[in-house]
Amino acid sequence: MQAKSRADRNEIATMAQIFHRSFNSIAKISIVGTVLLLATVGGVFNLIVIRSSYLTQAQVAIEQPIQFSHKHHVGGLGLDCRYCHTSVEDSTFAGIPPTRTCMNCHSQIWVTSPMLEPVRTSFATGKPLQWKRVHNLADFAYFNHSIHINKGVGCSSCHGRVDQMPLMWKENTLQMEWCLKCHRNPEAVLRPKEDIFKMDWEAPEDQETKGRELAKQYNIQSKELLTSCSTCHR
Amino acid sequence: MDNTNQPPKNDLIDLASIRARLSKEQGKVYWQSLEAISGNPQFEELAKQEFPDNTEVWIDPFSRRKFMKIMAASLAFAGAAACNLPTERLIPNEKIIPYVKPPEEIVYGKPLFFATVIPFAGSATGVLVESHMGRPTKIEGNPDHPASLGASDVLGQASILNLYDPDRAQTCSYLREGKSWGAFVGALSEALEARRQKGGEGLRILTRATSSPTLASQMKSILAAFPKAKWHQYEPAISDSTRAGAQLAYGEPVNTIYNLAKANVVVSIGSDFLAQGPAALRYAREFGQRRRSSAEKVLRMYTVESTPTNTGSSSDHRLPLKPSEVAGFAQALASALGVAGVSNSGADNAAYKNWVSALTKELQENKGTSLVVAGSGQPAIVHALAHAMNQTLGNVGNTVSYTDSPEYHPDGFTGYTDSLKELVKDMEAGAVDMLVIVSGNPVYDAPVDLNFAQAMSKVALRIHYSSYYEETSELCHWHVPESHYLESWSDARTFDGTASIVQPLIAPLYPTKSIHEFFAAFTDQKDRTSYEIVRSYWQTQFANDFENVWRKSLHDGVIAGTAYASKTVSLKADAFASASLPKSTGVEIVFAPDPTVYDGRFSNNGWLQELPKPLTKITWDNAVIMGPAMAQRLGVTRTYGNSGGEHGRSYVDMVEIKYQGRTLKAATWILPGHPSDCVTLHLGYGRKKAGRVGNGTGFNAYSLRTSGEPWSGGEVQVVKVNETFEIACPQGQEVLHGREHDILRSSTYEAYKSGKSEEGKESKGHHEEKKEAEESVEHLSMYPEDEHKYPGYAWGMSIDVGNCIGCNACVMACQSENNIPVIGKDQVLRGRHMHWLRIDRYYTDNGHDEPLDNPEAYFQPVPCMQCENAPCEVVCPVNATNHSAEGLNDMVYNRCVGTRYCSNNCPYKVRRFNFLQYADFTTGSLKLLNNPDVTVRSRGVMEKCTYCVQRINYARVEAEKENRSVKDGEILTACQSVCPTEAIVFGNINDKESKVSKLKAEQRNYSMVEDLNTKPRTTYLAALRNPNPELNKKG
Repeated sequence: MQAKSRADRNEIATMAQIFHRSFNSIAKISIVGTVLLLATVGGVFNLIVIRSSYLTQAQVAIEQPIQFSHKHHVGGLGLDCRYCHTSVEDSTFAGIPPTRTCMNCHSQIWVTSPMLEPVRTSFATGKPLQWKRVHNLADFAYFNHSIHINKGVGCSSCHGRVDQMPLMWKENTLQMEWCLKCHRNPEAVLRPKEDIFKMDWEAPEDQETKGRELAKQYNIQSKELLTSCSTCHR
Repeated sequence: MDNTNQPPKNDLIDLASIRARLSKEQGKVYWQSLEAISGNPQFEELAKQEFPDNTEVWIDPFSRRKFMKIMAASLAFAGAAACNLPTERLIPNEKIIPYVKPPEEIVYGKPLFFATVIPFAGSATGVLVESHMGRPTKIEGNPDHPASLGASDVLGQASILNLYDPDRAQTCSYLREGKSWGAFVGALSEALEARRQKGGEGLRILTRATSSPTLASQMKSILAAFPKAKWHQYEPAISDSTRAGAQLAYGEPVNTIYNLAKANVVVSIGSDFLAQGPAALRYAREFGQRRRSSAEKVLRMYTVESTPTNTGSSSDHRLPLKPSEVAGFAQALASALGVAGVSNSGADNAAYKNWVSALTKELQENKGTSLVVAGSGQPAIVHALAHAMNQTLGNVGNTVSYTDSPEYHPDGFTGYTDSLKELVKDMEAGAVDMLVIVSGNPVYDAPVDLNFAQAMSKVALRIHYSSYYEETSELCHWHVPESHYLESWSDARTFDGTASIVQPLIAPLYPTKSIHEFFAAFTDQKDRTSYEIVRSYWQTQFANDFENVWRKSLHDGVIAGTAYASKTVSLKADAFASASLPKSTGVEIVFAPDPTVYDGRFSNNGWLQELPKPLTKITWDNAVIMGPAMAQRLGVTRTYGNSGGEHGRSYVDMVEIKYQGRTLKAATWILPGHPSDCVTLHLGYGRKKAGRVGNGTGFNAYSLRTSGEPWSGGEVQVVKVNETFEIACPQGQEVLHGREHDILRSSTYEAYKSGKSEEGKESKGHHEEKKEAEESVEHLSMYPEDEHKYPGYAWGMSIDVGNCIGCNACVMACQSENNIPVIGKDQVLRGRHMHWLRIDRYYTDNGHDEPLDNPEAYFQPVPCMQCENAPCEVVCPVNATNHSAEGLNDMVYNRCVGTRYCSNNCPYKVRRFNFLQYADFTTGSLKLLNNPDVTVRSRGVMEKCTYCVQRINYARVEAEKENRSVKDGEILTACQSVCPTEAIVFGNINDKESKVSKLKAEQRNYSMVEDLNTKPRTTYLAALRNPNPELNKKG
């Protein structure tokens, strides 16, 4: 390529500016604006999207291989939670009933119902039913049902009105901030032992004082311990 | 790119100058490695960088470019996952699969413990196995079993990995072609029928040592059906001389049992009885109890040995001698003690003259409360001499008792080597046409002079039954896979004859067969299950009330009342008439079972391969071990990697060993305390068909070992060759920065009880000075005062350095409990080992010997110190490591982003980083092994000891449910629960009555690197030794 002549270069130098002066302001605004926009998007994402039921699947009913209705069994028939979730008072895991538990009744009633065909097949063949997991906690969080039940945290505090759920859904997000809400202030949800399995329990007006009494009675651990990392992570 | 090309030219260990340096030291100096004590500035330069950032290459299959590519994908994913998103949308739906009919006793989410025993090398150790929903995950000792007393050993802990080993043989095969069990039974029946007419002539069965009564009765009925068939036994790592020694002394092969609880003085003649042998855990427990500062009379222990062992290193006095001299010592001592018929030739040998006189005096002062123990590797004559000494000292009936042997042998059995020799002779003569090898691997481990493989090739039909398709299987027609002991019913007697039922924890993972089912195929009841076979045997033993006995035995892990009664024996008058001692002939070689992989049967166990050996601390290989004096003479040395941070790479010189016309080229390792003119080579390495883990590790000692001299021999030529070898040794590459005097503390019982300083006179001044300095800066802490309060529990640990015998059981238990991955030799070479708990081995001057040739050794286990002023916590940019309300330094794996700042700031170097994806997320069988209560960590995450916080949480929750506090001793950390000497104690230090508080209140309590004011929750008790002042004189 040939070098440009001096005249050419002068022409470039005196050429009209492409960008008008006002572009300086626009550029500045757009820089700030981009940051603001990103922050807003991030904020919205942080405040709304990651807590949305689209992502958390909270409040979304899960289709199961059998249309088992807690509403019918708990709300309607009044079965106790522990009839099926046998280990909820003793163990980390509440327990999903074996096929035999279903057959305790369904070998007597609704014995020909087509809806219950998978149950009968399972019992006959010995092949277990496969339920879809509704409450799926991350593997690095170690939750223990029994200590919550024994220390005055009722089923409905976390699981909601199961007696009104035709198909099971997750009432809460199971996000860490949700766990910490109670771990930082357990008094707000503590209830008397006899109400643990009550689905329609609601905090009384004097929950603040009652909760404090109950915390003392249950010997609830310090908030420092309840919010120590190794209480749930290890 | 290639690290193997050229070792760096840095002369780190100049033994002569190290000797000179050590002789100038004032007071006790503790050192870990020759390099560290060398004072070489080059070494300090190499040790500077902790992490190998400037190594040139990433792990081989992942070039850096490929790694970045993979990382890019992961980063995109991580970006989305990092903001604490619920992962519902990001991970596939999980399923819950309940039982159809729930089994008895299982509570979802709660483990069950079952009692069983590990049958091993002709004995058995009782264990309790933790089972999570039918999946065994962890082995603990059984407190009710006489050989365990609640403790567990390295091999027992690691044996669970073998169950899930993906390399196990999984199907029957004929000439490497997969076959069904039915096909094998068909072929076997045909072969047996053909021989039935001739009474089974030509049929030979070769088994390992066994103490199973059911197996013995099965063998009996098979031999009754085939009267001309023969049963042989071979064990490469069980010495025949123990049996021969008893035969020599008493005329019958009695079994010897020691009682250290009653002994005041113990003399070990080449015996590693605290770490090896069927009753080692029991002896270690008794030893530990007699060595506490609270013990009424402290036991004193002497060891005379060649290869440094755990027992020798834990003794008050240790005398390194060549094998031939050890025998000479035994004779001289016996003669001095007045054992009849023993000549006193060689009593004036300068190597042990003063020992003989000191020991004679002490033993005679402790008649009836002393004990002489002969090592299994010693010749029969030494065993006989030990028996005679115990008789003369009146120890029999007090500290020594005799019973029948718990092992079962074929008729006319005289020893394992003899039995194998007879088989080989017959095979060579063509008298064998069908050979059944049961759970042994003689092609690999038979004495080299027998040429087993060649002799075996003359046998028309060869059947091998074992858990792996190994060297012997290669040369056999049929191979039948063996079930793991956690998959099969069986039974076994332990060291004192107590029988136990082996009960399975899980159905066989593959179509494998138990040994009883395998032998049932030889009879007309081919389909009997091992449950039926074992049960029906015991039905004949307990005709009355069988069901109750059976159930109770299964529950307890022992069958009550089956221990053998002790026997009265009398010394043969002519015991030593024809005895001759091994002659000292030039350089000698010692063969010994390896402290990790044993005789090679555990070669494919990654946990054991990666476990640093108690004294050498090397992993993944064995080496020709020699003392510094011999290394100096041969010009053998070693050096470290030349790029910073590779704290694990040692370039060692290689030697060629010429022994009885055979040669072996092997790596060397210089070990202080090893006698000169003597080398040690451990068995179990150099395997070709062990599996993916064990293939090609180390050097095959069996290629030198002969049937005549299986444990030691003379006339060895060791020649240095101009080659080097990379050894992965994760210890000894750190610099103590002037803390050589107090990194560990030791003293004597005498000084301690008389109230003198805990470290003896010399170093007292040093410590007092330091203490004053510490006091003046005490209030200058950078940490906020009383930042943390511990109103509830405050967990703490106390480790008794004096009681630690360095057996490694805690390290293995920690690995099993906490899902610690195996990383392989290449990664250990890069200094990336993952053990949360390591045992630091320190040497120091014993006050009278040359410190390199016979140092005093100490073991100091180092878990996370759980500092109250934790340096790791303040530097974490993402709050992934935090102080808990009970004083633990919590580590939150899911929050860790892998900056490694915490580890850089940790003065104890107890944090471990997942440089690569070490945890195996893909191999199905290995997933079953994981402890479900502990997160399996992935790449890029820092991890460390948490005091087994899963166990703390479990106990706390259980106590809370009952509205009580956690009782002292309710929580046993994994390391604590297996410890045979009870050196590790864990508990609540807020409770002044707890065991750990009381130990911490002892005057000998110290914290490591105290001057940093980290206030560690893990503290140590200074080691106390009980030396004989007469032997403590210099010269």
